[in-house]
Amino acid sequence: MSGGVDSAVAAARAVEAGHEVVGVHLALSRMPGTLRTGSRGCCTVEDSMDAQRAANIIGIPYYVWDFSERFKLDVVDDFIAEYSAGRTPNPCMRCNEKIKFAALLEKAIALGFDAVCTGHYATILTDEQGNRELHRASAWAKDQSYVLGVLTKEQLAHSMFPLGATPSKAEVRAEAAERGFSVANKPDSYDICFIPDGDTRGWLGERVAPATGDILDREGNKLGEHEGAVAFTVGQRKGLSIGTPASDGKPRFVLEVRPVSNTVVVGPKEALAIKEIAGVKYTWAGNAPEHPEIAFDCDVQIRAHADPVPAVAQVVTVPGENGAADGVELRIIPNEPLNGVAPGQTAVVYVGTRVLGQCTIDRTVSAVPVSIDPTTVNA
Amino acid sequence: MSVYLDHAATAPMLPAAIQAYAEAMTVVGNPASIHSAGQNAKRMLEEARERVAASVGSDPIEVVFTGSGTESVNLGIKGLYWARAPRTRILVPGGEHHATVDTVEWLAQQENAVVQWIPLDDLGRIDLTALADAIASNPADVALVTLLAANNEVGTLQPVREVAALAAAHGIPVHVDAISAYGHVPIDFDALHRSGVSALSVSAHKIGGPVGIGALVLSRTATVVPLIHGGGQQRQVRSGTQDVAAAVSFAVAATAMTGELTAENARLRVLRDAVIDGVRAAVPSAVLNGDPDPAGRLPGNAHFTFPGCEGDSLLFLLDVAGVSVSTGSACQAGIPEPSHVLQAMGRSEAEARSALRITLGRTSTQADVDALISALPAAWEQAIGAGMADSAPRAYT
Repeated sequence: MSGGVDSAVAAARAVEAGHEVVGVHLALSRMPGTLRTGSRGCCTVEDSMDAQRAANIIGIPYYVWDFSERFKLDVVDDFIAEYSAGRTPNPCMRCNEKIKFAALLEKAIALGFDAVCTGHYATILTDEQGNRELHRASAWAKDQSYVLGVLTKEQLAHSMFPLGATPSKAEVRAEAAERGFSVANKPDSYDICFIPDGDTRGWLGERVAPATGDILDREGNKLGEHEGAVAFTVGQRKGLSIGTPASDGKPRFVLEVRPVSNTVVVGPKEALAIKEIAGVKYTWAGNAPEHPEIAFDCDVQIRAHADPVPAVAQVVTVPGENGAADGVELRIIPNEPLNGVAPGQTAVVYVGTRVLGQCTIDRTVSAVPVSIDPTTVNA
Repeated sequence: MSVYLDHAATAPMLPAAIQAYAEAMTVVGNPASIHSAGQNAKRMLEEARERVAASVGSDPIEVVFTGSGTESVNLGIKGLYWARAPRTRILVPGGEHHATVDTVEWLAQQENAVVQWIPLDDLGRIDLTALADAIASNPADVALVTLLAANNEVGTLQPVREVAALAAAHGIPVHVDAISAYGHVPIDFDALHRSGVSALSVSAHKIGGPVGIGALVLSRTATVVPLIHGGGQQRQVRSGTQDVAAAVSFAVAATAMTGELTAENARLRVLRDAVIDGVRAAVPSAVLNGDPDPAGRLPGNAHFTFPGCEGDSLLFLLDVAGVSVSTGSACQAGIPEPSHVLQAMGRSEAEARSALRITLGRTSTQADVDALISALPAAWEQAIGAGMADSAPRAYT
């Protein structure tokens, strides 16, 4: 129970469905003040108090469990490391993967619980054979199946999402008000909970040593300098501080961050178009497809609130380089190019409403060739 | 059935104190008013002050009522610190209650205090040689010494008189946080003052009185700068209309406690030893923390580490089984933290996360102890299975 309206209503519904429910709030920082974000975020002392009040009203016991050490290692440090490596991570997915449906779930099962129940908007369906499938929520506007795409079959077997069938957030708020929850009108959390003021670039700047590097165009010409590649993310337009305008007068966007050479590559918006994405780190949310090596139709979604795009996906063997063993990657080719894809992001693969699986993107191929180098490969 | 074994967090209110509280609340009158109603309230308040003074062995005029034990500690430490300007050094043992730790750290950040932490030994007792050395290094710049009379987590009694004597030799005032000791061991402020103690904090709710009232016992000869300014009540030390009903209720609890102290002390020691023996028999790997000598610890305190499991998990599982215990002092928003007391006693962070405090009081019975001991083995086994929070998750199938 985060202290927000969704988990409070989810807990109440789980109780009414006949389950024996205990409210658990995750302490994700040893110093709660450092995650203080007022009404915007989660994990503050105030949020813990809100969660406890909701638990009181529902009439369930409530505890705070400390996962601050794991959160720091698996989410915060990972976030810094990913940015430092030129990738754009999604810490909320990492938290689901490593904390909520891993560390928390494991502890809960050890202490005698059967499942973790959360206020995520997603649906779990069970097929005729009893296999669990993860699906989108009924209300697509609130659907959060994307951030749950990392869940595996085993994790889904111990998960419950009572809000999945709710038509709208407004309905959840109305239900919360009816139940007498003080959080009925509490603003939604957004941004990253451990970056209190939402200034990701400033936050990273305090944790990663700045190093001046070059800003290049796609042809390799130097356009200017930056004070640390870590502050840039693919698709970013603002804050490039390039003195001279582009020859065509159009705005320039970050196309690529190269941490090894500490360079940032910029170019026109068209060059952000990506025709192929791939990742070696992939999982299936439920049973794996019978023949993932045979190309199959799907939809791919690359951000929590991006529209899904029709695509063809398949698991492909990647020849090992320099004598290394062959590997496999999940390769996804969208029917039309995708914009603003950054390595580190998660591509979630859907078939209809079902989440089939996901991969962390580690390779993209630009749809727009450069005169010198026909493909831009982010590695 | 619910078994309450967390008397150190707060004790059940004494029925007579509840009754006195309710009756006193029906009486109108501000004790600072001049008319008869005010004089009547004043009489009730001062009678209460006398009874509380008797329970700590002080003169009534030395009892300053406050809103909590924490306020008392703040007034004692900050008040003495400011009154001792320009001296800046505060000598304080490790493992103090947060009321002290956070107060001296605030003084360090905001008021140029230099906080010097005096080490504890592995039983949680202050190192007197280190304290003597710290004073001797420059007695003239020490603003005050503050310490717990008994550690609120592990229950170790501190050599308060010896500490006071070391400070008194250089005219340094000493504040004693006696909140956890009050009601469990005799407190004689007069004797402590003769040893060199200037101020001593107590709280009503630890002895069966109401929450919301404490007292700073402040020697006639000590000077503190007030935290709260206003109407000048209570020797100008603590302004604000005085809570007569709470004081009356506090006094009833204090008188009852004083009368029962010797017998209750002996009774609790027997129960406490039953807890220690029972826990050791149920979980042989459990380690008793604090002083193993019954004379060296609070009679109602049993404090253990359970290697390999989170105190937090044990607390949860015992709670599910109907037994209320604690991992340490009651903390903000229930967020568990490794025990800073155990860390100050030289234990690792893992050990400091594996602590459980069992504290007995006036309503505790052998049946409570039996319930704890019968619930413990299953809870312990399951908590061991849940592992430590900072270890990587394993499989969850």
